Amino acid sequence: MTDIQHLPPAAGVPAPTTSPRKGDIAVAGQWTLFWLKFKKHRLALVSLFVVLFLYLVAAFADFIAPLDPNATNATFTYAPPTPIGLFIDGSFAPHVEGLSMTLNQDSMRREFAVDPENPVRIGLFVPSQPYRLLGFIPMQTKLFGALEPGPRSAVYLFGADRLGRDIFSRVVHGAKISLSIGLVGVFLSLVLGVVIGGISGFFGGTVDLVIQRFIEFLRSIPTIPLWMGLAAAIPVGWPPIQTYFVITLIVSLIGWTSLAREVRGKFLSLRNEDFVVAARLDGMSEIGIILKHLVPSFMSHIIATLTLAIPTMILAETALSFLGIGLQPPIISWGVLLQEAQNIRAVSQAPWLLFTPAAAIVIAVLSLNFLGDGLRDAADPYESHS
Amino acid sequence: MTGPADKELLLQVKDLRTHFPTRTGVVKAVDGVSFDLHRGETLCVVGESGSGKSVTARSILQIVDRPGRIVGGSMNLTRPDGTVTDIASLDPRGRQIRAIRGREIAMIFQEPMSSLSPIHRVGEQMGEMLRIHFGTPKPERRRRVIELLNHVEIPRAETAIDRYTFEFSGGMRQRVMIAMALACNPNMLIADEPTTALDVTTQAEILALIKKLQAEHGMAVMFITHDMGVVAEIADQVLVMYHGKVKERGPVRQIFHAPQDEYTRMLIGSVLKLEKKAEIRERRAPVAEDAPPLLDVRNLTMTFDGGLKAVDDVGLVIRPGETLGIVGESGSGKTTMGRCLLRVYEPSGGRIDYRRADGSVVDIAAADKKTLKSLRRDIRMIFQDPVNSLNPRKTVAQIIGEPLALSGMGRKERDARVADLMAQVGLEPAWRERYPHAFSGGQRQRIGIARAIAVKPRLIVADEATSALDVSLRSQMLDLLLQLQDELDLAYIFISHDISVIRYICDRVAVMYRGRIVETGPTEEVTRNPRHDYTRALLSAIPHPDPDDRRLQHRFRYAGASES
Repeated sequence: MTDIQHLPPAAGVPAPTTSPRKGDIAVAGQWTLFWLKFKKHRLALVSLFVVLFLYLVAAFADFIAPLDPNATNATFTYAPPTPIGLFIDGSFAPHVEGLSMTLNQDSMRREFAVDPENPVRIGLFVPSQPYRLLGFIPMQTKLFGALEPGPRSAVYLFGADRLGRDIFSRVVHGAKISLSIGLVGVFLSLVLGVVIGGISGFFGGTVDLVIQRFIEFLRSIPTIPLWMGLAAAIPVGWPPIQTYFVITLIVSLIGWTSLAREVRGKFLSLRNEDFVVAARLDGMSEIGIILKHLVPSFMSHIIATLTLAIPTMILAETALSFLGIGLQPPIISWGVLLQEAQNIRAVSQAPWLLFTPAAAIVIAVLSLNFLGDGLRDAADPYESHS
Repeated sequence: MTGPADKELLLQVKDLRTHFPTRTGVVKAVDGVSFDLHRGETLCVVGESGSGKSVTARSILQIVDRPGRIVGGSMNLTRPDGTVTDIASLDPRGRQIRAIRGREIAMIFQEPMSSLSPIHRVGEQMGEMLRIHFGTPKPERRRRVIELLNHVEIPRAETAIDRYTFEFSGGMRQRVMIAMALACNPNMLIADEPTTALDVTTQAEILALIKKLQAEHGMAVMFITHDMGVVAEIADQVLVMYHGKVKERGPVRQIFHAPQDEYTRMLIGSVLKLEKKAEIRERRAPVAEDAPPLLDVRNLTMTFDGGLKAVDDVGLVIRPGETLGIVGESGSGKTTMGRCLLRVYEPSGGRIDYRRADGSVVDIAAADKKTLKSLRRDIRMIFQDPVNSLNPRKTVAQIIGEPLALSGMGRKERDARVADLMAQVGLEPAWRERYPHAFSGGQRQRIGIARAIAVKPRLIVADEATSALDVSLRSQMLDLLLQLQDELDLAYIFISHDISVIRYICDRVAVMYRGRIVETGPTEEVTRNPRHDYTRALLSAIPHPDPDDRRLQHRFRYAGASES
């Protein structure tokens, strides 16, 4: 394969231009290279699966949670976690240990003991009360649960709270709100950030100056007092779902600023790249340059930034709810669950109230952060291909 | 020049191998390199990009970037006390190698700014090194630093010592680096492309300085370069490298006059080819001088926001089918001027009269948006950097087809045209779906050329279009441009700092200096009989690829061109 068709090759040139590499890499587009580079980041890859799993759990919470998260059971207030056993008397029979409760007359506390005589048999795909999966699919089956449901045979994998509600089911249901508030908040941030940052970077001059100073002003306000002020402004009588959206708005109010700066910086640095100048000389309009050259160039960066912004949103919601100014019961979120564990009795006698939602938050935030790191490293797959 | 036989052997490298393990396999950056270096001798290591010449140099000091590793061979260094140490066997972080680094073997790099700290004054940095290596007490340190700065001919060393490195020009920074390298009186100096980032006049100064210091100290110099002209000017011995292997080794005269290896012959051939006018141009009839100009630039001025006058009252004429060279050093305003012609930068004054194919004349400097858009199809641009000028996220077909699509050409017609264009610039049309990262630098530049000629322009502004390419590719690219000129009846404005490229391709040349054009004329005349002193200084500073005709010692210095 000669490199030149019109010119006679110089005598004795030992293939001065290397032929393009064979295989897929030559025709690999941006997202293929992105994925190849991302795959090398093991921790991020594992985190990707963890995150996907968490969102699946959130989406199918009604199916996965064995009990109604709001169903109370006076018999089992502060019931401890019960592990799953697989065998009874050598034969396969998945079960959780039954619990027997006695009332300690001195301290007036309920005390639970394992009751080996009455194990609660559990199974997969057990029938349940009718509900609607994802809000529209009518179902009468749960992923797992007691084979013989009854008031005395409840399954409390992670224990129960002061009203005998199942913590496992509550955490699973809490994922719905806690994980989605991150997504909705980040989406709002994305729209605000890209539009405002784009305007700032594209027009420059006075517009840029005003927007940047405004961003600095917003960022200088201490967040917790700002949120508190805004949350206090929400009328008490509002329905929970409306409160949820307002809270989302509040937490994304700060989030868009960093994204706007990122977008502006990318705009400024790319605006003078040679290929953008070339596009302009080709006769492309400014809006065409933005849509066809600039936005594709920083899309991967934005995705990485967004992924890193989700955990911030989750933590913001948790912080607000923990302080009691965010979401309120009966809405279930991880922050609300933590708030209910906010007393010394819970910590000393029923630590599962605190640790279960806390573990869920830590796992979600950590894996999202690792995922974001991996995406950020892969965001510019061309650096090593120059 | 005396032969190596009567000189003391300083470093003997045998079968050196440095490998870089990567995901797809082992890259043998240095693959069995052997050479001897004698005291007082200059060894030039020459090769194109990726030949392993820099890695060889770094292997000697054991400073190969990770994950590179020396996997075999020996490097026997004769120490000042007469003993011999094999550097290859030393621990890269050990005490022994650190005693050699800087003290016995010093190294200077291509980009002095990244080797110097911007937050310490020059005197502090140099003094620190004296303290570490010799424990020189403070008052004596300052005296010694001034002495060293004087030694490398830095003017007003007493005040220069208290300045920061960013206050110096590139040439002065390289002098500071050399002064630091010399502070410990090393036996050997490794210079890794120390003049590549510098202008030719500055390069001549630095080469002369290294030569002078070498004579005074009796150092051995290992000089890494890709420029055969520099090799011819300074080398005693030459090592030609290609893909990690030594292609040829020998005295400089033998390499230039009787090269044995095919690759060496090709390398020397490409350099000598650029020493004269292109063959296809020798045959062509000269462009008629009375033809109405294609582009007539008058009093063009461009002032940046900071008040810097980058282009100052420039006047140019380009006739149809002609190639006009713009030559000048960095900061002369040649790139800004080229960009003003296409209104990438807005000129602050003057006229750019362009004669359309139908004979009507339009002033580009005053054209409205719509006119400008049509003018930009007549006048196109080729960029210097083949990496930055192609969007990495688009396929070759998309890149070349973009101007076609924007001029309203249908998809089917466009596909056929892109295939034609690719064939025309010497690219396989079957590669159309590939992305730029799959192409080498030369091929990328061909993509840029195809994009430029896609809309059938009449004038192309080529801004340093061949500077990023290796010398063997450079003449091929220039031949392609000349051939396209004949096929498409193009006129070129060829902006370059490299006089050999200008001489090869240009009919006329304009010499730019500090935003002004100091001299214009036919290329032959300007290069043979320069009238302006600056042109004369520029021409005499260019290394000449003939070891029997070393000119740099007798070069002409232009008073206004001194460094600051």
